[in-house]
Formats: sequence, C-alpha cells, structure tokens
Amino acid sequence: MSQDRVRDVLIIGGGAVGATLARALSRFHLDVALLEWQAEVAFGVSKANSGIVHSAMHASPDTLKGKLEYPGNLGWRRLQDELGFGLNNVGEVLVALDDEQLVKIEQIRQQGIRKGIPGTQAWTAERTLDAQPNLTRDVKGAVWAPTACVFNPYEAVMLVADAARRNGVTIAEEQRVVAIDPRDLDDPDAPLTVRTETDVWRARFVINAAGLFADDIAELAGVRDFQILPRKGEEYLLDKRLSGIVTSIIFPCPSPVSKGTLVNPTVDGTIMVGPTAQTIDDKFDTSTTEEGAAQVFTNARKLVPTISERDIIAEFAGLRPVSDTEDFIVGPTERRGFLNAAGIQSPGLTGAPALAELLVDLLADEGLELEEKTDWDPTAPHPVKFAQLSTEDQQALARRDPRFAQLVCRCEIITEAEIRDAMDRGARTLDGLKFRTRAGMGRCQGGFCTWGCMALLAEHQGIPMPEVTKRGSGSWIVCDRDDHPVTTARIGG
Amino acid sequence: MPITEQPRHLLSRYDVTIVGAGPAGLAAAVGARDQGAERILLVDRDPDPGGILLQCIHSGFGLHTFKQDVTGPEYAHLALEQVVERDIDVLTNTYVTDVSRELRVKLMSPDTGVSTLDTGSLVIATGARERTRAAIKIPGRRPAGVMTAGLAQKMVNLHGYLPGRRAVILGSGDIGLIMARRLTLEGVEVLGVFELLPYASGLGRNVVQCLHDYDIPLHLSTTVVDIHGHQRVEKVTVAPVDEDRIPQLDKAWDLDCDTLLLSIGLIPDAELARQLELSLDPRTGGPVVSSTMETSMPGVFSAGNNLHVNDLADWVSQEASVAGAAAGDVALGRHRARQDVTVTPGRNVTYVVPHTLSTERSQTVSFRVKAPIYGDTKLQLGDAYTRKVRAVVPPEMATIKVSPKLLDGFAGDTLRVDAIPAEEEER
Repeated sequence: MSQDRVRDVLIIGGGAVGATLARALSRFHLDVALLEWQAEVAFGVSKANSGIVHSAMHASPDTLKGKLEYPGNLGWRRLQDELGFGLNNVGEVLVALDDEQLVKIEQIRQQGIRKGIPGTQAWTAERTLDAQPNLTRDVKGAVWAPTACVFNPYEAVMLVADAARRNGVTIAEEQRVVAIDPRDLDDPDAPLTVRTETDVWRARFVINAAGLFADDIAELAGVRDFQILPRKGEEYLLDKRLSGIVTSIIFPCPSPVSKGTLVNPTVDGTIMVGPTAQTIDDKFDTSTTEEGAAQVFTNARKLVPTISERDIIAEFAGLRPVSDTEDFIVGPTERRGFLNAAGIQSPGLTGAPALAELLVDLLADEGLELEEKTDWDPTAPHPVKFAQLSTEDQQALARRDPRFAQLVCRCEIITEAEIRDAMDRGARTLDGLKFRTRAGMGRCQGGFCTWGCMALLAEHQGIPMPEVTKRGSGSWIVCDRDDHPVTTARIGG
Repeated sequence: MPITEQPRHLLSRYDVTIVGAGPAGLAAAVGARDQGAERILLVDRDPDPGGILLQCIHSGFGLHTFKQDVTGPEYAHLALEQVVERDIDVLTNTYVTDVSRELRVKLMSPDTGVSTLDTGSLVIATGARERTRAAIKIPGRRPAGVMTAGLAQKMVNLHGYLPGRRAVILGSGDIGLIMARRLTLEGVEVLGVFELLPYASGLGRNVVQCLHDYDIPLHLSTTVVDIHGHQRVEKVTVAPVDEDRIPQLDKAWDLDCDTLLLSIGLIPDAELARQLELSLDPRTGGPVVSSTMETSMPGVFSAGNNLHVNDLADWVSQEASVAGAAAGDVALGRHRARQDVTVTPGRNVTYVVPHTLSTERSQTVSFRVKAPIYGDTKLQLGDAYTRKVRAVVPPEMATIKVSPKLLDGFAGDTLRVDAIPAEEEER
C-alpha cells in the first residue's frame, strides 16, 4: 500500500503520548495517522506500570515533567469524564518512618503547594493509622495528597485512541518503522517519507512518540542526540480478597533515584505492590525475577507488614523509557517537520494529556494550521462494566441484548456483549481483550475464558483459530493437528 | 447424549439448588431427589452438563460407581441419565454470580436473562481450578505457549487443536500425566515431565500407563527455573532441586520447546464459599463440613473437588450423593444427624474430610498422607479404629468407613487420623 496521500501529522507510537496527541489533533481539520508497531495500541510502556495518575507534588517544577504533571492530572480526569474508563481518586499517603523522612516529606508537600496542588495535609502518626490501619506501627507521620488517582493506563489509552479514531484519525497497527527517507535537498518543504515493513507513509509533520525506541526512530531521521536507557520495574498483583488492606496509594519517602516501592489499590479492587527500578540494556527484557520479587515484598512489608508473597495472583515487568537527560525531550529537531516526544519517564503517563496540548502548540509554531471542527465529538459511548451494575440495570441490559447474560470470563464476570464491544473498538488479540475488559485477569488467569475469547476473536476477524494470537505476530496459541504452526516474523529482538 | 430440555421458566423458589453439573452436581441432584425433594434445580455454566469429565476422553472412570471401566464423557452420560430419569431441571449455559446468606441465588443465562430465586438448601459443586504460573512464581518472560494442562486438554480433546509441537510439562499431577500421553498420541513431541517433589503427584497407574508406556521421561526433584521467548515460548530452563527444594542453578539445562504445560495442582473454587463467609479449611482450601457435607452455614453443602481435590470421580459421586440427600432432608425440614465427634489430621496426614462425624449414621472419612510409606501401614482413627494397608502415597486418597457402632462411646471426643508405618511404636 504505497500512498501518495500526504498526511498533515504522522505519529509514531501508540502509547499514552501518541494516543492523547492523536485525540487532541482530532479536534482540528487535519489528516492524522498514528502508527503502532505492536498488534494494538498501549502494548508497550503504557501497558506495564503502576497505573497511577500522580498527585503532582513529587516532580520539581524546574523540569518539564514537573511542569506538565498537574495539568496532566487534570487532563486525565477530563478524559475519564468524556470516555468512561475506570479512574479512582484514591489519594496518596506519603509515609515517613523516621524524623529525617518527616522533614523530607514536608519538603515534598511544600513543593506541591508551590505547584498549586490543592488539599495536601501533614498527618500525625495517629491520623495516618486512623486512615490506613494496616500500615506499620513504625509510621512517624505522613503527607496526604488527595489529587492522586489510580487507573488502568492501557484501558485509558485504548479508549483515547478509539476516541481519536471516531473523530477521523487513522490508527494503524503492526506498522514497524524501518526507514525515514533523507531530506530532499532540492525541495526543503517536501513531506517526510516514513517506511514501515509493509507500507509507505508521507506526512508534513512526524511526531516521534516511540517510547523505548524513540532514540532508534530519531536515528532513522538522522537527528539522534539522546539515548533511551530502559529502567525495569517489576510489579506484583495480589488476590482480591486483600481488597481494602490499603485504600490509598501508599508511598515510602522517596530516594534520589526512585519513588520507591508502592502499595496501592488498583482500579479493579486488587492490591498492587512494586515497582523495582533497575537500569538494563535490553529493550525487550520484561522478565520478572526472584530477586525483584524479594526486593518488592521486603520493601512493601516495611509499609504494610502483613503483605505476603503467597497472595500473588499475577506479576509483570515494564520498562520506563528514561532518557540520558533524565527529563522529557520534547520539540522540533534539526530535521524540519520531525518533532520529538521522547524520554517520557515517570510522571510521563500523568503528564501525557498536557504534553499532547504542548505538542499541538509546538506544531502550530512550526506552521501547522489549526482549524477547529464544528462536529468534533469529545465523548464516546462508555464501555459497559456489567459486573459493576446493579441487578436491575443488569436485567434491563440482558433483556435488550441476551449477550449481556452470556458469561465469557467467570472470575471477573465479563459478558459476551462486553467482549464484542471491545473488538469493535479495536481489540484484535487475547491480550487486547484482557486489557480492555479484564477477561482472563482473575484468579484462574484465563483457564476458563481463553477458549471463549479465542472463538470470538476468530469469528470477529474471520480467521481460523491458529491465527488468533496472544499479542500479535508470532504469539500463536494453538496449531492445527496436521499442519505446522503458522510461522511468522518475530516482533523485535 | 440425552441433553435435557432447558426449563422455560424458573420458579421463584426451589427446595434444593445445585451449582455445577459435573460428577458432584449430578450425583447430588440424584441424592436429593431420592430423598424426596421435589423442586430441584441443577445449574451449570457450560453448554452441556458433565463438567470437566467431558474433556477427559481417557478411560479409567466408573469402576466403583458404575462397575465398569468407562471414559469421562461416558461417565457423565451415565450420571446424567440418572438425572434425566428423575426429571430434574437442568439449566446449562447459566452462571451463578451471587448467593446471599438468605440463600437468594442470582444467576445469568442468555435464555433466562439475569434472575434471582430462593432456595431451601444449596449444594456448591463448582469443582476446582488449576493452579497457574503465578501461583508458583516461575520467573522469566511471559510469551504465548504457557498454559495449564487442563486448558490444553480442552483445546485438544474438545476442539481438535494442539497447544504446540514440542512440549515440556511441569508438574506430575494426573492431568499432566494424561496430557503427556494424549499429546504424544497426537504427534506432539513431549520432552519430559518435571516434578519438584521426589515422587510423582499423580496416580501410580497414570505414571505407568501415560509415561513409562510411551518412554516419556519423568524427572523427579527437578523444576522449571526460567522461560524464554518474546512472542511464543522458545525454550525453558530446568534445574534439579536440593532437599529443601532450592534449585541447583549450576546444574541447570535448557530445553528447546514451544509449549510449557503446567500440572501443578488444583485448588477448590471457593468463590461462593467466600461470598457466604463459610469456614474454610486452610489445608484443603475448601469448606469445613459435617459428616453430611453441610458447611458452617446451615443449609449450604459442599461436594466434590469444591470440598477437597479427589483422585477419582467415583469418590466424588459417592460423597456428593450424601451431600445431595442431606440437602434434600434439610429443605424438607427433616432431622439433622447429630455431629458429636470431631476428626483431625494426625501423624503423616495432610487433611481429613469431613471435619465432624455423627454417632447416628454411617460415613466415610477421606484423607491424604503427607509422605509416602512403601510398606505395611497402620491407619488409625483415634482409639476407635485401626486398619493395616499395604502402602500409602500422597496422590492416592485413603479412606476409613465409620459406622455408628465404631463411634460408640466417643461422642464429644476428638479423634486423630494417623497413617504410620505398621512397626512404629505408639506414641
């Protein structure tokens, strides 16, 4: 599919930054495309992290990440209102375990006040234990920040991308960029040509929002002047019956390199502990380790002593795309029309909606004409979460559409109608369904629903079962009795 | 297959509601009907009754219950016939989402929508689920191709697809052993079965018939320590473990494979038990029950793998028939047998079910041993009963039949179940 069509903006990377930017640009009369190299959006950095919209008091206001943090926090709340992903405003409890830490957390609170974060409080030990009775008795005091939220970033990013698509943005998956043509010396205003393994894309502006691979993409554009150093974080999810052991995000007093090991409720009612912070050199190494687990649980028990490794129901590791500048790298480059949105480390997820607005402004500065659409729809039908509805509402839905009474995932009570809606919104893989609906995320980890989900994916896409994948090319789940498994190019590494 | 007709209308009240139509639920329904219960509802989440039996296409079922050696689907057929003969309502493709402590049951099905009904008594026969990778925390990556043996069994036996071409099996539970043979027959290369413990977790007959007969190696005291591959499993690393089950990484080796099946144990599905806040036995993972399988909440019964993980479907049917009959009695307001003797696991015993016995009725005590004894073994129930058996091993459930006469004089006592070498002196 070689294209003569010249897009106004081509976004490389379908994570939080790419998706929020796509959605922000969908307000205007523009021809925008977003390229994601994996099978679905949000399958990279955005998929595997702590899932926190930060209170915004941690990052220094002297950094770009610090400046974007609080506007981003407000941006996610607005998106949640418009698009209906899960987001719980649980607040943050930043705990001090000695007098030195008491001083330090108060400094963080004062920094938050300077940044305009409302509602923070300094709590005594007694007040802290009153709010969070399962915390260690060693607590000396805490800072309360009501602005922090938990959400499922993959769910949010997937719905934001879906909203962009509804407003005319092209979302193209499995588009791995392999080349960006050199500039045309005869015509400096010529559009940029971006080549993927299968297609050719042309655009006036290209945004590099490629997460862990942003340095590689910059290299292809001939303007690499930074390096992405993956920093691994392992996370552990605990059984639902521990729900309520903490009701806010519990932070330890941070060290200079990391916010430390957190204990937090997830938007789904489980408890998550993590992350670790380990700089590695393999951008594909999302393995969990025994040392990582030991470190997470040792640290978590300093905050909540009753937490045990026995309650783990799932574990994962994610990589933070840390740049060698330790701050975001955002803006135009020496290559005309090629802009970076790179090195988006914590609190990058929180800042993403604000970063998207900043990028819109930067594109305008570079000459992109912004004419607002009159028919732009900021909202989209909110996905139904059947399990969370009242019995009366469930009954009404099931009368309207019996597929709301057809169970697919029994641990999380996910219905066929919800699975079909997720597929209509872009789910193409088992992981895509799981991250959108939670099918397969419960206690049995897909033992019951895997086959049902696979059957629906096969039917929806009109493909045989051996072509259904866990997360795209190469991740087949079953093969035919007679044939050899479908062998396709391996993604990455 | 005499698939029953779905009832068109649900009643607002049933005498006995049974959740799960596997071997336990089917037998419980028959037990309740034969005890005189009229309005019985048997509910199952799958399109056909039979539960996991339907995917167990191997033989070895039914020797005790039906006096013939049949396959899982045939066993389900025989059990379902008894239900159909008794004109019991079977509602399939239906999931029970909630049960309140007032015994109001909420269920959903595409045929009947979302509805609630009241029940006089309830039998939880929801079976067990397989332990997953997360339960044993195998480090490494998370590619496609790691799945439980039961899921692979469903894919192969019910749907005709293979889970891969070169498989490693971790855990020597019965499903893993059965799947080692099944995959071999289907043309999949099975590189070996790896077991953390120094002995197999599955039945001896399965080790012989599924592994030895097919030259599939069984590596005892060995486990998987790493999983490799980005999108699909490419290899696994295995290592022997020492006496404390610590992997000896210097002795590890790699196996090129595209599939890792897990057969690392079953856990009773205690979802409804937790909702109802039933007392659970941490040793079985299932509810604490009386000699009629009644849980800590009057009117609520548990049977089958939901109560404790059985080795044979036959035992499940027998136990569930007791539960169903008692559930019928309770719904009809009949006398409950006094529960006046407590039983508890003693020497070399992991767990005992039921947890109390009655001096008014006959009953069977089931238990599992901690360590194998390959020689004359003494099974004893306190001072009430002693029996010698040839050997005991953890994978095979041991039982003691207990008549009221045997318990004469022990009312109010706690009896300890021991399984010890016959020559060992009394302590």
